[in-house]
Amino acid sequence: MSAFNRRSLIKGGAALGAMGAAGLLDFAKAWAQTNQWKPEAGASLNMLRWKRFVEAEDKQFMAMIDAFTKATGVKVNISNESFDDIQPKASVAANTGQGPDLVWGLFSLPQLFPAKCLPVEDVADYLGKKYGGWVPAAQAYGQFQGKWVAIPVAFNGGYINYRISSMNKSGFKEFPKDTGGFLELCKAMKANNFPIGFALGHATGDGNSWCHWALWSHGGYLVDKDDKVILNSPETAKALEYVKALYDTFTPGTASWNDSSNNKAFLSGDVHLTGNGISIYAAANAQGMKAIADDMNHAQWPIGPVGKPTEFQLAFPLLAFNFTKYPQACKALMAYMLEAENYNPWLEAAAGYLTHPLNAYDNNPVWTKDPKNTVFRDAAKRTLTAGGVGSIGEKAAAALADFIVVDMFANYCTGREDLKGSIRVAERQAQRLFR
Amino acid sequence: MSDSVAGRVPAPAVRHPTWWDRLRINRNWLGFWFMAPAAAILILFLAFPLGKGVWLSFTDAKIGRAGSFIGLENYEWLGLPWWRDSDGVFWLSVFNTLVYTIVASIVKFAVGLYLAILLNQNLPFKAAIRSIVLIPFVVPTVLSAIAFWWIFDSQFSIISWSLRHLGIIDYNINFLGDPNNARASLIFANIWRGVPFIAITLLAGLQTVSPSLYEAATLDGASKWQNFRFVTFPLLTPIIAVVMTFSVLFTFTDFQLIWAMTRGGPVNSTHLMATLSYQRAILAGNLGEGAAIATAMVPFLLFAIMVSWFGLQSRKWQQGGEDS
Repeated sequence: MSAFNRRSLIKGGAALGAMGAAGLLDFAKAWAQTNQWKPEAGASLNMLRWKRFVEAEDKQFMAMIDAFTKATGVKVNISNESFDDIQPKASVAANTGQGPDLVWGLFSLPQLFPAKCLPVEDVADYLGKKYGGWVPAAQAYGQFQGKWVAIPVAFNGGYINYRISSMNKSGFKEFPKDTGGFLELCKAMKANNFPIGFALGHATGDGNSWCHWALWSHGGYLVDKDDKVILNSPETAKALEYVKALYDTFTPGTASWNDSSNNKAFLSGDVHLTGNGISIYAAANAQGMKAIADDMNHAQWPIGPVGKPTEFQLAFPLLAFNFTKYPQACKALMAYMLEAENYNPWLEAAAGYLTHPLNAYDNNPVWTKDPKNTVFRDAAKRTLTAGGVGSIGEKAAAALADFIVVDMFANYCTGREDLKGSIRVAERQAQRLFR
Repeated sequence: MSDSVAGRVPAPAVRHPTWWDRLRINRNWLGFWFMAPAAAILILFLAFPLGKGVWLSFTDAKIGRAGSFIGLENYEWLGLPWWRDSDGVFWLSVFNTLVYTIVASIVKFAVGLYLAILLNQNLPFKAAIRSIVLIPFVVPTVLSAIAFWWIFDSQFSIISWSLRHLGIIDYNINFLGDPNNARASLIFANIWRGVPFIAITLLAGLQTVSPSLYEAATLDGASKWQNFRFVTFPLLTPIIAVVMTFSVLFTFTDFQLIWAMTRGGPVNSTHLMATLSYQRAILAGNLGEGAAIATAMVPFLLFAIMVSWFGLQSRKWQQGGEDS
């Protein structure tokens, strides 16, 4: 981003290091004095967020909210829901005009009802200017027709997890950077009896992320920028052939894998290469599995024939509804959360599970303290958005929930359909959704 | 008919009952009043949701947004199996549902009947054994589904592990990753769960058969098989009709087992109509499309009910009459 300069780097680096609850409170009080969004008198907020995956992240988040309440007098109720339940609840709230004031959800949530979202142009501008600018994917998720309707608080990166020794023994010193080399590595690992596997079942996170990478890296897309279905293309066919070749190196059973299957298999040593968030590494460290933690590393998704990163990472946008009685309090909380003094320790606590959408946070120590975390730093910069090149609205969300792309690959890989048939089945599903 | 008869006091004017009186005291209306609460509950909690579901299937409703009427469009997108451009995933789910229901119901019936007859014998610890048989039915479905998910896991299956350590196989069985294996695994889990219900209900039926019938038959020289075929089975048909109707309905609309174990995968080969409807309506947000799939289940269910109702209902000879 153009606004990314040395000054913002310094700001992003300010207040690093673990900050105790007292430090947070001091900051919150000072911040409340100069804050430009003065909360309404007697304001109290209800916020719905996704259920935590990393305990330390949740603790830091609650400490931050607690300091906000103490400094501003605004009570904030936090309720948690699992990933799958956030969207229905938020949709009902948007439609009925009552419910939580703020929802911290996934992917395209604000795009489902942009007219019901509180405009947050000023908050986004303020944060963008102060912290080195938003990454493009953050703009795409936060804006509707060029106007900010949500604050993309964080992303969640999913990358390749591999065992270093197994890769070395298979004749590779470094992790391959392109799709061709990656396929060679997979073949070599299989030949050396190091099982590998990526989820090809209905795995909302892991399945969607690697299948979309495979499709996009070859230039195939479900829809074009006008949401016209263009799946049936030579590029898609090439992606299918590529994934079939990869699949032939997989351990049996990947077509049944859900989001937790590869975690279990990797930690038990039954799989030596897979695609996942940082949770496997975190679990290996937390459970004292030193042998695995020391021997594993992460790698970025290889670049395909299109020549640029085509990753698909999870986004977490935070929106406020326009029916809220306390819009200023909502904006204050949004801005407060992303201030360096709050965001830096939070990012550290999340231990790589959350990736920042603002360039200035690139130098948070979480990314360098442990070099195995570094890959996750760029998740927000390297990702495309939920619609590929198309819009990020409810249709793209439905296509993900219906596993159209995952099933297309699974259909071809497992031999249920031939190449044309797999594409046709997926195209038919897409046409139903994008009609 | 003259008014001038001496000594007659003029009759008081006949009071005709008003419509309100009729509603209050007429016996027919009274019956209606007694039924009204039950009817209200049925309409509110059964008929209304069903009607609403059917209505939704004619709209493009999304979660949180009332849709507008679009006629049969949702159904047109599902298509018919012989159309060139029908919805393959939907029709695959119909096929899966039928296979799942038919295979599971037949096996459940056979095993359940066998168990019921066994339990009807004089066994030591009869009461204890009968309660143990019920356990699979008592365990919450999601719990047993998760247990089966581990049993059928592609890496950690206890079955694969045992067979490997016995030296019978040298690879892990791909239980849930291969379409047909996955179907078989799910059907097995469903059978395990469903057998106790059938066994215990049939056992109740068996115990109503009077021993004197067996005595008479045995005196006439009937073998054990003939005893079963010509005494037990005919007397059991009414209860079989009821229990199989329930069994088929439960199996057809099964959801938790599939969702916890495969979520419809691999490649939709275990998607039932119920799970596909949930995926499209709730997860993908297209309430109308999901409602269309749910509504499409109704004819199949009606058909199943009809079959057991007319095929297996009590015959007149069972009450001592002539069969018509």
